[in-house]
Amino acid sequence: MQNKVNKYLRSEMLPHIWCPGCGNGIVLGALTRAFGLLDCDQDNTVVVSGIGCSSRASGYLDFSTLHTTHGRALAFATGIKLARPELKVFVIMGDGDSTGIGGNHFIHAARRNIDLTAIIFNNSIYGMTGGQSSPLSPLNSKATTAPQGTLERPFDLPELARAAGATYVARGTTYHANMLTQLIKNGADHKGFSVVEAITACPISYGRRNKMGNGYDMLLWQKEHGIPVERARKLEPSEMEGKFAIGELHKSDAPEFTDIYERFIDEKQINHREAKKA
Amino acid sequence: MLETTPPRNSKNIQINKSWCKGCGICTGLCTKVLAMDGGGKAIAANPSLCTGCRLCETHCPDFAISIGVDVN
Ligand SMILES: Cc1ncc(C[n+]2csc(CCOP(=O)(O)OP(=O)(O)O)c2C)c(N)n1
Ligand code: SF4
Ligand code: SF4
Repeated sequence: MQNKVNKYLRSEMLPHIWCPGCGNGIVLGALTRAFGLLDCDQDNTVVVSGIGCSSRASGYLDFSTLHTTHGRALAFATGIKLARPELKVFVIMGDGDSTGIGGNHFIHAARRNIDLTAIIFNNSIYGMTGGQSSPLSPLNSKATTAPQGTLERPFDLPELARAAGATYVARGTTYHANMLTQLIKNGADHKGFSVVEAITACPISYGRRNKMGNGYDMLLWQKEHGIPVERARKLEPSEMEGKFAIGELHKSDAPEFTDIYERFIDEKQINHREAKKA
Repeated sequence: MLETTPPRNSKNIQINKSWCKGCGICTGLCTKVLAMDGGGKAIAANPSLCTGCRLCETHCPDFAISIGVDVN
């Protein structure tokens, strides 16, 4: 009987709550393999999540974990990182969590370029609450709040992250699970705000209503629509219609916020000591 | 980018039935080796055909399959 698959999982919490065929477990698997590649120290790694099906992932991970409030995971993570900059901090959010209620926290974490690794489980829907449309639901996709298809354009999450100041931006899918592992690892190695969008299937609250079949069919959809960025850059916009680029989409260097903050504190303390001496 | 899950030679296919939710992902990805049993759980129907690629292991959402490792 197999009960310990992976040292980073709280195996005693399995089987998890996710529906049959839900991609969240595949993202969680990719994440645990990235932890393995990073050789993460369980005592010095923190996993913070918001609220939603995907945010339940923190409960299955054997680190110091915080399951916080809807949309606010990045605010909690920012506090942790500023108080203890030596900790490695990962943030797990859903598409609704990160770009709906938490959209403001998202752009400001990116603007500060604080050294956090954010993994957004993008299943195109509010899964936990039964299928309301999210800011990442594709145009015309059906949701309980858009029974005839949503009239609103979605955000392009990597574009949003890059424009707001994130210095590492990548997108993977659960079909390309090994690439996803590598992207999460590279994001964690990067110093600054790293965003990894993981395209994942919610066969129950999204797939069913949009006639996309089961979890396996939705994996194949990702295989057909996710185009490696090197190839995507060579294609005409018309050839990319309905498709999306996957891989490392953006990487740059910019001052990182906890460094700036520590320097500021150091300078203040030196000034304070000198003032006392004088 | 695709080398993080090195293939394993051992054909030791372990399926944890109590975690399997019968979603059909593994059986869809590997029609040669895996199949569903009468109770809707994955089984290794033709283990000798396994190449050790671990596609089922990396794509099972329920951590129910492992290839070539003895897990305790
Ligand atoms: C402040 C607040 N507003 C609303 C909710 C209800 N709620 C719970 S999860 C959720 C949306 C989840 O969608 P998403 O973030 O995309 O995650 P998923 O469940 O799809 O993984 C909402 C609106 C809440 N818990 N707290
Ligand atoms: S509702 Fe969707 S996202 Fe939530 S567990 Fe089920 S399949 Fe996964
Ligand atoms: S992918 Fe996992 S949960 Fe789904 S049928 Fe196969 S073993 Fe069962």
